[in-house]
Amino acid sequence: MDDAIAWIFIFPLFGSVACALLGAWYRRLCHPLAVFSMLGATWAGVETMLQAVGSTSGEVSYLLGGWTLDLFPRGVGIEFRADLLGALIALVVLGVGLIVSLYSKIPVERETPNKESLYYSLFLLQITGLAGIALTGDAFNLYVLIEVAALTGYGLIAIGSNRAAAATFNYLILGTIGASLYLLGVGYVYIKTGTLNMVGIREMIQANALADSPAMHVAFALIGLGILIKMAFFPFHAWLPNAYCNAPSVTSCLLAPLVTKVMIYVMIRMLLTVFGVDFSFETTLWADFMPWLVVVAIVCAAVMALAQREIKRMLAYLIVAEVGYMVGGVWIYNYYGLIGSIFHIISDACMTLCLFLGAGIILHKCKTTHFDGLRGLFAKMPLTMIGFFVGGFSIIGLPPTCGFFSKWYLITGGMVAERWEYMVVLMFSTMVMVVLFFRLIERMHLAVSESGKNLGKGHGDLGLTKEQTKFDEAPLSMLLPLLLAASVVLIIGIYNQDVVDQIERFLAPFNLPKGIGH
Amino acid sequence: MFEEGALLNELLIERLNYCIYVVLLLIGLHAMIAKRNLIKKLIGMSIFQTAIILFYVSVSVKEGATIPIYKAEHDPHGPHLAEEIVPEASGESESPRGPLALKPEETSQYANPLPHVLMLTAIVVGVATLGLALALCQRIYQGYGTIEEDELLAKLEIADARMTRSPLAKGRQSGKASSRALSGRKPAAKQAGGAVAKKAPAKKSSSRRRPPASKDKSASGESAKPKIPPRKRSDSSQPKKGSA
Repeated sequence: MDDAIAWIFIFPLFGSVACALLGAWYRRLCHPLAVFSMLGATWAGVETMLQAVGSTSGEVSYLLGGWTLDLFPRGVGIEFRADLLGALIALVVLGVGLIVSLYSKIPVERETPNKESLYYSLFLLQITGLAGIALTGDAFNLYVLIEVAALTGYGLIAIGSNRAAAATFNYLILGTIGASLYLLGVGYVYIKTGTLNMVGIREMIQANALADSPAMHVAFALIGLGILIKMAFFPFHAWLPNAYCNAPSVTSCLLAPLVTKVMIYVMIRMLLTVFGVDFSFETTLWADFMPWLVVVAIVCAAVMALAQREIKRMLAYLIVAEVGYMVGGVWIYNYYGLIGSIFHIISDACMTLCLFLGAGIILHKCKTTHFDGLRGLFAKMPLTMIGFFVGGFSIIGLPPTCGFFSKWYLITGGMVAERWEYMVVLMFSTMVMVVLFFRLIERMHLAVSESGKNLGKGHGDLGLTKEQTKFDEAPLSMLLPLLLAASVVLIIGIYNQDVVDQIERFLAPFNLPKGIGH
Repeated sequence: MFEEGALLNELLIERLNYCIYVVLLLIGLHAMIAKRNLIKKLIGMSIFQTAIILFYVSVSVKEGATIPIYKAEHDPHGPHLAEEIVPEASGESESPRGPLALKPEETSQYANPLPHVLMLTAIVVGVATLGLALALCQRIYQGYGTIEEDELLAKLEIADARMTRSPLAKGRQSGKASSRALSGRKPAAKQAGGAVAKKAPAKKSSSRRRPPASKDKSASGESAKPKIPPRKRSDSSQPKKGSA
């Protein structure tokens, strides 16, 4: 099947239209339709991945409108280009979308009653936008897809409550600033290179020796700043916790694992494919100061996560810290750091998915995600808790979860590049995560409240009635996706070498420093 | 002195467009960040996006060039020399309807269409963003009765404090109360769904004074929680109304 890339978009895009149209009359159809679209898109994503792995150049191209690639610089029309990195990220997006769509039936009906058709319509458009970001080969097209993903994201968050709408407003303002700065940067790139194709831009930079042009440096700074705002990198993270905590739980399950990670992918794409390694890391000064910003970001986010008393809010700050990991892995400018960064995008998406699915179930059953409401959950919902803590242990980085291996590569990169500050801060944040998750386990097993009051009468007495600790699992349609996500975390961890092989194959032509010094 | 004059000349005459775009960009950015009124922020956002459009359009300006559809001779406003063109055109390409590659010396006659096309897309994106943002403003106004950021933040803080309060702090009552509220939710929620679709303007005045706590969070059952300030609770379906 040659057109597998196109099918990745056809399924969710038309599914979204169908949901919006049919949903007004047949509301029950929306959920099956969404699951079907996601199944189709995931199949196309797997097919694309296999094609990319199978091809000698490691990439598959699809040209909209039948333009050709033969000109110099590469490409005239809009190109969809699945190289190994893009295909991997697209597969992550589609896989997460599929799991969340399976999970969504009960929470969507409950939290946004009578709006299922609109909700699933936005849901599928969001997937279209995110998968498009991963696969597009055109810098301006990327802007449009970023905005498609952002606009549907605002809708998905604000559909919940008035509080969510207020949080979305801030997100919208900051998101628009970020995307507009990116657009401005693309304008400068276009002035200097005369092309918008990503590979074409790099060819022109090399052919015309544009590395010294001030316009290119301005473009680089604008694009970098725009992407950092969109990915909620530490000083620009203010929109994220409120938006994700107040969103409907399905929305946070979908957006939290994907949006920030996909923006990190965009950053890697810009640095490697568009501007080229030499320009990004050697010519500009960003590689000098970014690791230090990352240090500040991780420390602040980890400390703020410690201060939270609510699972969803704590997870939101964890995401900000994880963004710091990945940005750091890129900017220490090292082969292993970049492998770690890319691998961490994949594993972080899976483990964040686990955690948010688990938090959604806790919210569904207990009506609260405050730490004080968690007593006795291991007795009540053992399977949910196993799924949740597989994600949690992966965030900490315990083997054999995938989080261990991605963190391993990040730390290796920090050591090889002699970026000790980055290594130390990774260790520090790992300690914080240990505290965060083991404190949760403590809250579930002990009868001590956050204010330090002992609620039980000692010796395993949780101060709960018998009904409150009776086995009462979540509905299967919510539980199975969580366990599926947890098993994906473990499977990626066990088969990590296969993923890393593909990442290495993608990074091979870029000539990154593998040893000490630049 | 001469150097400075030359710089001024360059900025004011040759690059006037770019100077204006930078000024507009900064005005927009300032409004988005520093203004306390949500609508003013949105006006700033529009100015910001318009500045970028001005930048792109300025890029493709070319002295004495025409739109890239006709050749200069085909221009309906220019002189018509049809008899000379026909043999020439057929000589250049076999099918006169097919795409015609320009010769390098001809390209200077045409403005670059690409930035304009890009900006059409960007305008559409901008309109969509603005529409969504205005809808959000309306929701915020309905929920909190204000679009001033300071007042809104104060109200949100109260609401957040309630929402993040420990379930233990609420005492024994809360469990019962919330479960009661949940069981009673279904019919009310339906009603709310319909109500929001055509959120009657008449409701505004009442929603204005609605206490922030009653508004939302049907999502987390916490919302359904205990009935905080009982002022303005004559309407029994009130806590759910905002939920949709």
